[in-house]
Amino acid sequence: MSAPAAPARAPRTAAVAHRGDAKWGWLMAGPAIVLVITFLIAPFVMAFWLSLTNARLISPNAPEFTGADNFTRLLGVQLLTLDPERDAAGAIVLDEAGAPSYPSIRSFTRNKETFPQYAGMQEWFTVGLGDTRHVVLASDTVFMKSLVNTIAFAIVIVPLQSAFGLLLALLVNRRTRGVNAFRTIYFIPVVMSMVVISILWKFLYSPNEGMVNSFFSAITLGAFQPVDWLGNPTTALPAVMFMSMWQAVGFHMIIWLSGLQTIPPELYEAAGLDGAGRVAAFRNVTWPGLRNTSVFILITITIAAFGLFTQIDVMTRGGPLDATSTVVYQAVQQGFRTQDMGYGAAISVVFFVLVLIVALIQRRLTREARG
Amino acid sequence: MSRMQRRVQQGDERVFLSLRAVLMIGLAILFLFPIVFMFVASFKTDETELLTSVRSVEAFLPVGQLGLENYQGVFDRVPAPQFIFNSLITTFATVILGLIVNSMAGFALSRLHWRGRDGVLTVIIATLIVPFETIAIPLLFVVIRLPWIWFSPETGLQLEWGWLNTYHVQVLPFVVNAFSIFLFVQYFKSLPIDFDEAARVDGASWFAIYRRVILPLSGPVIATVAILTFLPMWNAYLWPLMVTQTEAIRPVMVGLQYFFQLNVAWGEIMAYLSLITVPVLVLFLLLQRAFVESIAASGVKG
Repeated sequence: MSAPAAPARAPRTAAVAHRGDAKWGWLMAGPAIVLVITFLIAPFVMAFWLSLTNARLISPNAPEFTGADNFTRLLGVQLLTLDPERDAAGAIVLDEAGAPSYPSIRSFTRNKETFPQYAGMQEWFTVGLGDTRHVVLASDTVFMKSLVNTIAFAIVIVPLQSAFGLLLALLVNRRTRGVNAFRTIYFIPVVMSMVVISILWKFLYSPNEGMVNSFFSAITLGAFQPVDWLGNPTTALPAVMFMSMWQAVGFHMIIWLSGLQTIPPELYEAAGLDGAGRVAAFRNVTWPGLRNTSVFILITITIAAFGLFTQIDVMTRGGPLDATSTVVYQAVQQGFRTQDMGYGAAISVVFFVLVLIVALIQRRLTREARG
Repeated sequence: MSRMQRRVQQGDERVFLSLRAVLMIGLAILFLFPIVFMFVASFKTDETELLTSVRSVEAFLPVGQLGLENYQGVFDRVPAPQFIFNSLITTFATVILGLIVNSMAGFALSRLHWRGRDGVLTVIIATLIVPFETIAIPLLFVVIRLPWIWFSPETGLQLEWGWLNTYHVQVLPFVVNAFSIFLFVQYFKSLPIDFDEAARVDGASWFAIYRRVILPLSGPVIATVAILTFLPMWNAYLWPLMVTQTEAIRPVMVGLQYFFQLNVAWGEIMAYLSLITVPVLVLFLLLQRAFVESIAASGVKG
């Protein structure tokens, strides 16, 4: 928004007018300043402090400083290399099924004297190379899975949702009355509550009375086998991804649309005169004109995707087998439901670092875009 | 261009336009079907009929046994009027307080000259990057320990520790909104400064200028901020989930969990969902332009 140029005025008037501004300034901005400090800055600073303590949500005891304990418990990862067991002659011992047998992971993680570094950890995942197994241990495997789920969610959602939003924007970027109705329809889920939408989709996804299954079974003439979309670890996260895009894509359609409307129509006329077809016009006129919009859209989708919580809490509670657990879901589980405030705060800090990284990338990209 | 070529091109154009129309209608169905189903199903009083209807188009048609029993069931199962009242109270309190506090701050930060102003504005804008999810957990720790003073004629002044299970814990943390302040600052900067300087020289106080000169000119930005506050408050879930534990204080979205205890009746659930969604949708359809523009405004902050 550009302010109209202020007409020259007598400096004396201004000086008289602004006498005593400081009092009114602090007075009128005061309520906002107090509230920002209490409800935003204080908790933000507290997150860092609490993450270094063993604070409980409700406890008669004062929190004790525990250093980086919460973070090692949260992010601790160790690599354990297991060679197959060999008999006295050096040959690999095979089990009944003919597969090499390995020492149990528990013999390392439950042996505090010999292997203090593995104590209390659990198997996160295992990679087998030749006869050797590389076991990655984590102190909080649920959090590690949640971190991976959150990032995977963002990686899938960001390109798909922005592309889909752009497609919608291109479809409705005309000023005819009928088109307006479609714009409104595509936008409706944005004003709806995510809780309501999550419950609706939970019903649509259900294995027996779900409309998603009936739809696929109808178009394949019954060949499609019903899927328990949210109950199956491989389909649960993709199902949440789809409904999340369904809800939010209308918002990004509107943002793309305002970007599209900043492109001067003359550019399209010129491209038309040069004989450019639809595809060429899009590549040479539309896309370059959307540069700043696209950076903004990528960032908002990424940050929103990192904050994934409501859908999970309502639809899956992180399950099945932690397949849909996320960082914010874990923060709420630990900080609120199990009342482990210090640990919940540590998760919040990790979450903030994730967001900060994205924001820094955004600054980088917008600066480049501005040249 | 020969006539032949032109005809081919027109044919292409027609194919393209009809493909586009098909795509647009298909997408419209994709976005609407769950909502239509929700609303239609809320009137289907036979649960078995409702659950079998999803296998065909009947899911979207008002067929079979229809009635308002599901809505009756909602009121029998949960104190729905209480939930709606709680949501209305907290939403409107936040909208009104937010408009007052944020517009005053925006005014002080745009039209007054005072030392510290730029610092305050920078800090407020910087907080935009902190998502609520980061501070929700420590904020919970804070509000559990905050004092509250209230007065009643019988007991006099009372001091209480802890904000759980109150209206104010659902309202006060959301009154100030850095983005609302930003919108007010932007808007106020676009109004000519001569008005208030002239009024100042005539002896009007800054508050009087804010109240009588600036606010009456600020309809559009007030509408935007009101809509941007209203929606997330009505739809709030994470925060009220953590700070409300009794039916007397819970808002509509948290109230939903009562439908999943004991026997789940989807007809009643759809009735409750319709009850808390349809008013917002009607409001949206009536004020479409304002809604879309407000939400688009939240996209230009980049």
